[in-house]
Amino acid sequence: MILAAQTPLKVSIAATVVSLLLVLVVFELIRSRRLRERYALLWLLTGVVLVVLSAWRGGLNTIAGWFGVRGYPPAVLFAVGLLFVIAVLLHYSTVISRLSDQNVILAQRLALLESKLDDRE
Amino acid sequence: MSDRRIAIVPAFNEAGNIGRVVDELRAFDGGFDVVVVSDGSTDGTVEVARAHGAHVVRLPFNLGIGGAVQTGFRYAWENGYELAVRCDGDGQHDPSELPKVLGPVVAGEADIVVGSRFTGAEGYRSSAARRVGIRLLAVIVSLIARQRVTDTTSGFQALNRKALALFAADYPHDYPEVEGMVMTIRHRLRLQEVPVQMREREHGQSSITALRSIYYMAKVLLALFVGLFRRSVVPVE
Repeated sequence: MILAAQTPLKVSIAATVVSLLLVLVVFELIRSRRLRERYALLWLLTGVVLVVLSAWRGGLNTIAGWFGVRGYPPAVLFAVGLLFVIAVLLHYSTVISRLSDQNVILAQRLALLESKLDDRE
Repeated sequence: MSDRRIAIVPAFNEAGNIGRVVDELRAFDGGFDVVVVSDGSTDGTVEVARAHGAHVVRLPFNLGIGGAVQTGFRYAWENGYELAVRCDGDGQHDPSELPKVLGPVVAGEADIVVGSRFTGAEGYRSSAARRVGIRLLAVIVSLIARQRVTDTTSGFQALNRKALALFAADYPHDYPEVEGMVMTIRHRLRLQEVPVQMREREHGQSSITALRSIYYMAKVLLALFVGLFRRSVVPVE
């Protein structure tokens, strides 16, 4: 039987550092009120999951085994990262859609109100 | 108050046409209040419409035809109008054709009446690609509605208060007539088509160009499909 590949230590360290950086940046953005908590949650989750998977080499190897990734376990990091990015983007698309709907309603209300003011003059 | 009537005219930079449109509407029937919804116009449409005696609702920026028309529907709904007609601000809808569109609504036979260019009327020319697109949409909408529909893109319409309630609450955004028809049917409102003649535009360009019509078809088809899985926005009788 071929022994399943292991995550190289250097890869693990580098990935952990980058993931920690992501978590720190998100935290700082929330702290300085440049990112609202409700929009930051998905990013924080992304960061934390990546930190855990990067640092915990045994876990990453096991999970890679579950999905039949034999050659290079860190590929799971890419997959997880990509999945979260897609989730975040989709979430933002819904946010943008809602904002543009609200924008339309605001414009209509404003126009109707203004027309009422015009009537009084 | 019970027979208050309003003509809703969406207009985006139609300073060259809007004056005549308003005059013709007022000449057609003095009982009609005319509201012009300026969709972020920058060319004096607002001033011209006012000078010709229309009430003007001025959107702060361009929302697109759906958002503009819905503003008119909301205006009509909130001000208690019983009957509304909708005409484009570019002059292609001839007010002398209004009785045909109004007839079934006034008689209580329909909640919304759409003036169609294709059920037997002549006098309308259009590009081949656009005709094919309109035909295709007509077939699809006819299937969904289980009712023959020939012109799904006509903005020449008459509505009673029931239809106003629906469209004031929810109206599609970009190219609203097709989806609007399906919404009408799904809310069990009575839709009727009547043949009308339409005129050529007098000034300016139509808002639909060749390239955009492909995007338009894709978007409308998606909207129609998804719309089938959507719940009613106002209670269905």
